[in-house]
This record gives sequence, C-alpha cells and structure tokens, in this order.
Amino acid sequence: MVNKKPANVPQPPSTQSTELLRELVAHLREHRTQLREEWASRITEAQLLTAMTKDEIFAEATSVYDNYVEALATGTLEALQSYSRNLSERIIPRGVETHEVVGIVLLLRDVLARSLFAKYQGDFTKLNRILDAYEPAANRIANTVAVGFVQERERVIRQQQEAIRELSTPVLQVRERLLILPIIGVIDPQRARQLTEQLLRGIRTNRAKVVVIDITGVAAMDATVANHLVQTVEASRLLGATVIVTGLSPEIALTIVNIGVDLGKMNTVGDLQGGIEQAERLLGYKVIPAAEANAAA
Amino acid sequence: MEVPILKQGRYLIATIQAALSDEDLLHLRRALLERVIQFRSRGVVVDVTALDVMDSFASRTLRDITYMIRLRGADTVIVGIQPEVAFAMVQLGLTLEGVATALDLEEGLAHLEQRARSSS
Repeated sequence: MVNKKPANVPQPPSTQSTELLRELVAHLREHRTQLREEWASRITEAQLLTAMTKDEIFAEATSVYDNYVEALATGTLEALQSYSRNLSERIIPRGVETHEVVGIVLLLRDVLARSLFAKYQGDFTKLNRILDAYEPAANRIANTVAVGFVQERERVIRQQQEAIRELSTPVLQVRERLLILPIIGVIDPQRARQLTEQLLRGIRTNRAKVVVIDITGVAAMDATVANHLVQTVEASRLLGATVIVTGLSPEIALTIVNIGVDLGKMNTVGDLQGGIEQAERLLGYKVIPAAEANAAA
Repeated sequence: MEVPILKQGRYLIATIQAALSDEDLLHLRRALLERVIQFRSRGVVVDVTALDVMDSFASRTLRDITYMIRLRGADTVIVGIQPEVAFAMVQLGLTLEGVATALDLEEGLAHLEQRARSSS
C-alpha cells in the first residue's frame, strides 16, 4: 500500500489531463489511417469543400489531421496557427467559404469523439475523464483554425480595398505643371481624405500650378464631402496651385446650392475639355491647329 | 529665435527655420517692414518650408505682414507650406485669404517677377 498512490489524494488536474491527452494522442496516432479516411468521407458526404477534388481533400485532411494531433500532443497552437494561415492562403482564392472551414473542423472533432466513445464505451468514468481532457483542447483547436481562416480572409479583403483605393484616385500630369484628377464613383469621407492627400502630394512632386478636378463620374455628393472638396481647393491654393473643378452634375450643383457650400472660392468650368482649356490659358499655353501655325510662320 | 532676412536684388527673403514663438513672429513683422522701407524692396518671400504646424496666430501674423507690406507698395508671397500643414490650416479655417502663396522659393520669386512685369 505504501508505494501505491492513495486514491483519495487527487493528482493535480493538469498532470492528470496531460496523461489522458497522451493516451488520447496515442490512440489517434494508432488509428490515423482509418479516422482520416472516415473524416474525408464525412466531408464529401456533407458536401463541404466542393471547390476541391477528392484527392485534394484527402491530402489536406491528412495534413490537418496530423497538425491537429500534434496540437493535442504538444498543447501549443503555434504550429497549427501557422499551418491554418497557410492553408487559408491556399484555399481562399479557390472560393472556400467560412462555413466550410468551420464545418470540417467540427466534423473532425465529431469523428474523433465518436472513436473515443467506441473505444471507452466499457468504462464510462474513463470516457468522461478522457472527454474532459479532449473537449477543451479540441474546441481551442477548432477556434484557432476558424479564426485563422477568417483573419486571412480579412487580410485579403483589406489588401484588395487598399488596391481599389489606390487605383480609384489617379493624379495624372497632362502637361508640364498641369495635373488632372478624374474622380469616378461614390466619394465617402475616407476616400475624400485620401484623395486630398494624394492631390496635395502630387502638387508637390509634380510642381503643379494648375489642377483640374473632374467629377463628371460622381453622381451625388453629401454636404460633408462637398465641404471637403472646398477645403481641398483651399489647401491646394496654399501650396500655390489653382484648382479648376469640372463636370458638376445638376444633382451635385443643386446639393451645393441647397446646403450653401461656398463655391465662390472655387473655379468651376462645365466640362473637362473646358477645364483643360482654361488651365492652359492660366499656364500661358495656346493650342492652335498645326496648319494655322504653319500659315502664321 | 530670430528669422534671417536676406536681400536679393529688389526682393527680400525671410526663411523661417524653426517653430516661432508669438514674440518671434511680431519681431519678424517689424523687421520685415523696416527692411522693406530701408531697401525700397518690391517684393518679399516668406519661406515656411521648415514649419510643421501653423497656428492661428502665425497665420494671422503672416496675413498682417502681407497687408502691411502691400501698404508700402510691395508684394508678399508665402512659400513652402507643407501639404499636411495646408490641409490642417484649411480645416481650422485659416485660409490666408488675399495672401499669395507658391510652392517654393523659386516659384515665389517667379511670382514676384511676374507681378513686377505686369505692373510696369
């Protein structure tokens, strides 16, 4: 009796659950092939990951399974985290949805839990303790994979938004010291801010004297954005550049009149052509047909 | 900190090199006026490239300088306002109305030349 541990002294729960986890991991490693196959077939059955072929599903299932068991064995999620990021990177472009990723991880959890039931069905106390150890770990893993996927998706979305924003406000030089800024689409306050930033920077780098902002492609504008436009014009003037705004739609003109934005400080011309012509006059250019020029010479 | 004022032909160039206290600004105002009178200058360039903030007192003083110098028959141009400073100023409503501005010293001098040409 001396060298046997007394039953009424409980072991610290962490050691105990670690031991159980070790046993569990051994079980999972032993039945790797069978459990993996079952999981893969459950995935196909549930019609998840339809964007991928059967072989691909099986290959991914294998590496997810191994990583999963590894995470259970070591208790650290880092390897799994980086794996799931990597996996997400590969499968997001193929159109895999969040519910599918969450679905397959939950399926794996169920498949493994079932196999534990089968193994310990004779010993309910043991089964309970095994599940106590397994469930929190499994839930943490499921959480990690799902969060990893969502984060990766959000990163991709942010990247795309960034790209769209960059593309959406080109500052173009048409002539020495003359920039045009064609704006198309809806301007929200954030885009307006970015637009201002790009324009002011563009004025500096191109040493622009005149800027034509063409808003033909902007259907509507609220008071905040209209105000912002006025501020952009004034800020450009502080840098020594004159701004000409062209292509105000009747709706925008009405909005501006209604909300009383002071456009008196602004140079407006009907269309882009007129704006560029006026800009050329301001810069001292005169565009005449070559034949006329030749005749004059 | 005193702002150096350089004489370049018939123009004066004042380059602000660091943030100025209100007193420094008033000193600059007086000094510029005195020099304009002393040298019979036709134009003044105030270079604020080094400033990364422009408060209401600074911008009002710059506007006052411009108006006062105009009363002496000379033109003033403020050059080198940084893009971020410009936008911050506009948001605070400091738009330097009636004050000529230019991108940098070179542009400022070109502006003054042009003014001189058109008035003569």
